[in-house]
This record gives sequence, structure tokens and C-alpha cells, in this order.
Amino acid sequence: MTSTLERPTRSAPAPAGARQPRRIGFGQRRSAWDLKFSPYLYISPFFILFAITGLFPIAYTAVISFMDWDLVRNSGHFIGFDQYAWVLSQPKFWVALRNTFSIFLLSSVPQLILAIFIAAMLDQNIRAKTFWRMSVLIPYVMAPVAVALIFSNMFGDQYGVVNTTLQNLGLPAVPWHSDALASHVAIATMVNFRWTGYNTLILLAAMQAIPREFYEAATVDGAGKVRQFFSITLPSLKPTLIFVIITSTIGGLQIFDEPRMYDQYGTGGADNQWLTVTLWLYNIGWGEWNFGRAAALAWILFLIILVIGAINMLVTRSLVRDEGGRDQRSRRERRAQARAAQQRLEADAARLSTPTKEARR
Amino acid sequence: MTAVTPAPVPVIDRDPPARGRRRPRAVRGSRPGWFVYAALGAVLLASVFPFYWSLLIGSGDASTVRDPNMSWIPGGNFLANAAAVMGDPAVNFWPALMNSVISSGIIAASVVFFSTLAGWAFAKLTFRGGPWLLLFVVGTMAVPMQLGVVPLYILFSELGWTGQLGAIIVPALTSAFGVFWMTQYLRQAVPDELIEAARVDGATSFRTFLTVGVPAARPAAAMLGLFTFVSAWNNFFWPFIVLDRQNPTLPVALSLLQSNYFVDYSKVLAGVLLSTIPLLVLFVFAGKQLVSGIMQGAVKG
Repeated sequence: MTSTLERPTRSAPAPAGARQPRRIGFGQRRSAWDLKFSPYLYISPFFILFAITGLFPIAYTAVISFMDWDLVRNSGHFIGFDQYAWVLSQPKFWVALRNTFSIFLLSSVPQLILAIFIAAMLDQNIRAKTFWRMSVLIPYVMAPVAVALIFSNMFGDQYGVVNTTLQNLGLPAVPWHSDALASHVAIATMVNFRWTGYNTLILLAAMQAIPREFYEAATVDGAGKVRQFFSITLPSLKPTLIFVIITSTIGGLQIFDEPRMYDQYGTGGADNQWLTVTLWLYNIGWGEWNFGRAAALAWILFLIILVIGAINMLVTRSLVRDEGGRDQRSRRERRAQARAAQQRLEADAARLSTPTKEARR
Repeated sequence: MTAVTPAPVPVIDRDPPARGRRRPRAVRGSRPGWFVYAALGAVLLASVFPFYWSLLIGSGDASTVRDPNMSWIPGGNFLANAAAVMGDPAVNFWPALMNSVISSGIIAASVVFFSTLAGWAFAKLTFRGGPWLLLFVVGTMAVPMQLGVVPLYILFSELGWTGQLGAIIVPALTSAFGVFWMTQYLRQAVPDELIEAARVDGATSFRTFLTVGVPAARPAAAMLGLFTFVSAWNNFFWPFIVLDRQNPTLPVALSLLQSNYFVDYSKVLAGVLLSTIPLLVLFVFAGKQLVSGIMQGAVKG
């Protein structure tokens, strides 16, 4: 921090009793500046770096997306909405969008259900709590690339352990790499493997925050375990669930690592069975070296994420009514105050207007 | 003034003492039945199985994958495969390992420092526009990496940084998540009286940060450092774009393992295991912190 060098810091505080007399002047002014400007100084690194590596690229992506970008001269010429039109007219785009959503749904719905279930198990009064909690988190430290390599081998069409097991059980082998839905299931399995434990712990924390008295009261009322889970646990988890859903939406629609590593070519399959939006973006930008199209696709993806996020927000707003005690109360108070004020006003108006009513008419 | 010990932060789940007061969990506060342990055991198996599978294949040879009667005991070829991966000139294993260690380490340290500083300002100092700026920081978390990736690449190729480690370190030096995390933590970890006391004693605001903020932030900073390190280590999309095979990080090197004409899975999975070992070691030592970090972040989030 160079900033501290500019301000001579006062040496160690004077020993008690030998207090320096209060100076009004430079020291005072300096500490006033210090108070006023240091907060901005402290938060500036984030904002400066975000401006360079976040804000500028985002704005510039918009610029590039309206251009035909020339890599050699590192400049482009303006062509309007052509790139967007091109992206939207490609059947590949719609296939990629379908795949992305399909993989997202397959990797979020079962994952949440599983995470809630495992969290409920961990919330019991079990032995070796920490051990079990750590065990669900092991997959989280593996790189998605590593997970994808292991699973793409396990889901091998001919010799994969999954198909071998299926055949040993007398079931038909599944074409994991040629069938679209099967490949989505395989890729979603990788995502689930890595993230279920993480979300389990988030939900477990929320479960532990539920006051135990609720369960006691329910038990006294004769509710069984299952009933308690559906009537107490699930409703209390709502805000946390929404948080998890929103974060997994933002992450899930950007999926790249797993489909990229699902086979050795990284093009999303012979018929684009598992081509996702981000994988296509990579292949346009750094396979075909067409930055204009890649930028347009990036903006389209961002808009899709924003729309989904907005829908999330709207749904959330209508769902979370029973939460946020303080907010609620303040709103109720505010309403009560408003009502009181209204009545007072009306009363005043009535009082004032009675003598003058005739006159006003 | 010195050696300020902040009030201990309430940990969410203080394990009850082994004997005596146990958390009353309804009336049947007893231990759960076998079903719970069976379910958790199944989860544990599912978590570990892919590792074991890669050990099985990685310790075999090129034909192991196609062997229908493959044994469930690891073979003796793992070291040979690992040596083959390390010696493969196309993969650059050792430079990749070094690159991963250096970049993840620098990123983690830098994110912790800047996040603690910014979190301190947002949580404990009043300044005009503070809440709005914090909201802005949180808002940036929703912006996908893909959105800025094309100009970022152009920027770095203009600077001549493509293929350099700096290209993956610099954009990650701060993080919105880190700032938000430290703000949330410091807000409840440091009583305002401490800051007032420091001010009365004539400490400058940066000195107050050093003597009051930093000691209080230590536990949360350790967790943030861990999480940042793990996610930087595992990051793939941007390094894959901007780095090349001469100077990769581990995930990028792994992706090269698979791109040969003839994929020898015994080598690929040996390489996967090799690249995962450092993080598994980290997990053995710091898994507890990771668990409590996730759980604390969840409640405050």
C-alpha cells in the first residue's frame, strides 16, 4: 500500500498522562481527509481492476459484436446487426441452446433433490459429523477437466464401466456418445458429481438454523418424521433454495469444461449432440477466429442469463413472503403509520373543513 | 490498543460435548438408525469411486480399458504411466504444475488482501455511496466470464501477454465474491467500539485497519484464501483460451493429454490422478475449513 507512505503516520501513541495537547490545524485536517477518503482508497483496487478486466471488455464486446473483426489488423468495420442475425439464423445456435438448457435441467433438478436428501441425513444426530461432511465435499476439489476425463471414460460407448455394468445386469448398452439425451445425462452426471456436495453443505447450514423447538412442537402434535420434513424443513429452506437455484442457473448456462472434454475433439459431437452455447462460442472465436460472431453470441448468452435471472427474481418475490421478519415488520409498521397519518389528515381536514364547508360549496 | 482480540464469532454448529448436553432433537434425540448411515455410506462411495476408477485404469496399460474381465485390484503400472505423463514433451507436466502453484498462490493471496481491505471499508467505514457501491459489487457477480472474453483476449494479445502466466493472474487479482464475503464477515466480527477506541488513540484509518481489522478478519480470510486457491487451480475456460501448450496450467495440460490421435486412457487417467493429488492433500489438511466455510457463507448469504 503506497497510500500510507504519503501520510506520515503518527508514531506510537503517547503514553497515558503525557497526552499531547489537541492541535487544531494540519493534523486535524489530515485526519478529516483520512476519514473521508480512505474508504474510497480501500475499495478502489477492486473497482479499478474491474473497470479494466470487466467493464471495458463487456462494453467492447458490444462494439465488436457490431463489427466484422479483422484479426490481422486488429480492427473491424461496422456492419450493424449482421452478426446477431447470422447467429440467430444458424440451426446450430438453437441446437446449442437446447443442449445447454437440457444439460442445465438434468444437472440442477436431480442435484437439488439429492442435496436436500443428503443434507437431511447429515442433519440427523449422527456420529463422526465432520467426517461425513468432508466426505460429501471430496468431489469439489477436483478440477472439472479431471472429472470430465474420468467420466467420459466411464461412459465410454464400448468399454465404459457404466455400459459393462448395465450389460452384466442384462440391460442394453446405452450409446452415451451418439445419442443426444444420453450424452446430456452423462455430462449432467459430471456436474452433479462435483456440485452436489457443495450445495448439500449450504442446505445443511440452513437446516441447522431452523429452531429445534419447531420439531419438538411437531412431535408433541404427533407429526411423523416425513411430515415434519415436508411441513417444517422444506418451507424453512425456501430462501436458501432460491439462492442455490440462482447461482446454479448463472453457472449452469455457461457450462463449458465438461462438454469440451467429453470427447477428444471438443466440437460437441458429430451432430452437435452436446454442443453448448459457450462451447460454440469458443469454437467460433478460437476455432474459426471470427471474433465478431463470438462477441454477438456472448451478448446473446448474457441476455438469456439476464432474462432467466429476472424470471428467477419475479418468482422469488412471489414465493418469499413468510421470510425476512424485520423487513416485514417495518413494512407493516410503515403501513400502520401511513394509515394513522392518513386518518389524522382526514380528521384534521374534517375538523378544518367543517366550518368552511358551507363557504367552499 | 494492541492485541485486540475480537469477540469470538459464533460457529454455527458447535459440536455438543461428547457427553452430557446434547442438542435436543425432538423427543427421539437418540442416534439415528442404520438407514441414515447406509445412505451416507453410499454417498461416500459415490464420491470416491471415480478416483478409484482412475487408479484402476491408470495403473493398468493401454489394453486394460478394453478388458471385459478387468480386475478390481489396481495393477502395478501406475508409476510407469505417471512417469510417461511427466516425461511427455507434449504435455509439459512439470511447468504446468509450477504454473498452477504460482498462479493460484498469487491469486489467492491478492484476492484475500484486496477483499479484506474493501470488505473493511464496506462493513465498518461510512462513506458516501457505500451501500450502492456494495450493491454494484454484488451485481458484478452475475456477469458471466464469457461476456468479456473476446476483448480481453484482444487486449492481452495487444500487450503480447498471450501464453504468459500474467494473462490468467491479472484478471483474477480481485473478486466480487471475496469483497462481499469479507464485508459480511467483518460486519459482525468487529464491534464499532473498537474502531472508536482506536480513533481516540489517534490511529490513522489504515492503522486501525491493521490493528483491529486484520486480526479479526483472519479466520474468514483463511477460508477465502482456500476457496480462491481451489477455484483458481481448477479454472479452465480462460487459461485454455489464452495459454498454449508451451506454458500451460494443469487443467490445460490435462486437456492436451486427451487430444492425441490415439487416446491411451491409462496415461490420461494417471495424469488426472497426478494433477488431483495436490488438491487432495490440501483437502486432507483443510477440508474442515472448507466445510465450515461453505456452511458459514450460506447462513450469512
